[in-house]
Amino acid sequence: MSASSGTALTAGDYIGHHLVHLQNKKQTTLIDFGVVNLDTIFWSVSLGMIGLFLMWRVAKSIHSGVPGRMQAAVEMLLEMVDSQAKGIVKNAESRKVVGPLALTVFVWIFLMNSMDFLPVDLFHTIFKYTGIDHNIEYFRVVPTADLSATLGMSCGVLLVCLFYNIKIKGFGGWVHELFSAPFGDKWFLYPVNFLMQMIEFAAKTVSHGLRLFGNMYAGELLFMLIALMGAVGFGSATGIFLFIGHILAGTGWAIFHILIVALQAFIFMMLTLVYVGQAHDHH
Amino acid sequence: MENVLGLVALAAGLIIGLGALGACIGIGIMGSKYLEAAARQPELMNELQTKMFLLAGLIDAAFLIGVGIAMLFAFANPFVLK
Repeated sequence: MSASSGTALTAGDYIGHHLVHLQNKKQTTLIDFGVVNLDTIFWSVSLGMIGLFLMWRVAKSIHSGVPGRMQAAVEMLLEMVDSQAKGIVKNAESRKVVGPLALTVFVWIFLMNSMDFLPVDLFHTIFKYTGIDHNIEYFRVVPTADLSATLGMSCGVLLVCLFYNIKIKGFGGWVHELFSAPFGDKWFLYPVNFLMQMIEFAAKTVSHGLRLFGNMYAGELLFMLIALMGAVGFGSATGIFLFIGHILAGTGWAIFHILIVALQAFIFMMLTLVYVGQAHDHH
Repeated sequence: MENVLGLVALAAGLIIGLGALGACIGIGIMGSKYLEAAARQPELMNELQTKMFLLAGLIDAAFLIGVGIAMLFAFANPFVLK
């Protein structure tokens, strides 16, 4: 356990300690745009760089002969994303932008979700041994388990959707659709239509971000609970069963989590494509 | 204080339990339909499998969001002032 003070911590303290972000200032209200989660920014930006660098390196060394393992993997990924994009976004012009966007989203989120596989206390222990744990008391490594990161990404997708709505239908056409879309082009239906459209946009964006957040947050918490079980087992004489349980549960959850990590990245990518594809539909 | 803690514990149990109920029924129905469809038209199996996994993630999501919130209530309880 990363008890920096050496005193006994309760389970709630341990979990609570791991759920605080490294922030520039303390959050006091529910919505405060002045608060920056520095750990989230650091990991998301550096993982984005790593993803881009990997893709760039493969793209640079690509050749038409027998592909290496890395090239084959990237080609499979590219084909998978491309076939999904072709099925959902019919407009070839938009696909030049949306296809790479979907690939980037998939790789980026996959890398960010994968941070969950690192041991829960790894960075706290590193900070402790390097002696900087006085400066960095709180640190979370999974950027997608931060609501501000996932909602930020889903808001980005919303902006792309709005852009394509205006680009495909024209500003006038889009406004017309906002007021006449689900129920019909009658003047007394305009308020209901507009309300429905606004609810649709809000629900899409919020559920898009919350889905990824909820999955990763629950996964991270379960890893913490499993780590806690091992820590409790380590301290006591009869704790050998707890320790065995810790290993079994940790293995099981980590294997199941590989599925969740890939699946949630895939779902985020698919929903991005679906929402952009919907922006192309004429009513 | 204790009263609030007890109620929150009950609420966390209800969130996880009812969420699991719904998610399991949903996954069960979807899985049985997938198997039926795959038995009827085996050549569609791969295509359907992708869609099944996508839907499994969508069905699971609400439950896992619930689990996350319930865990938050259990360990970093916002209703009890520290």
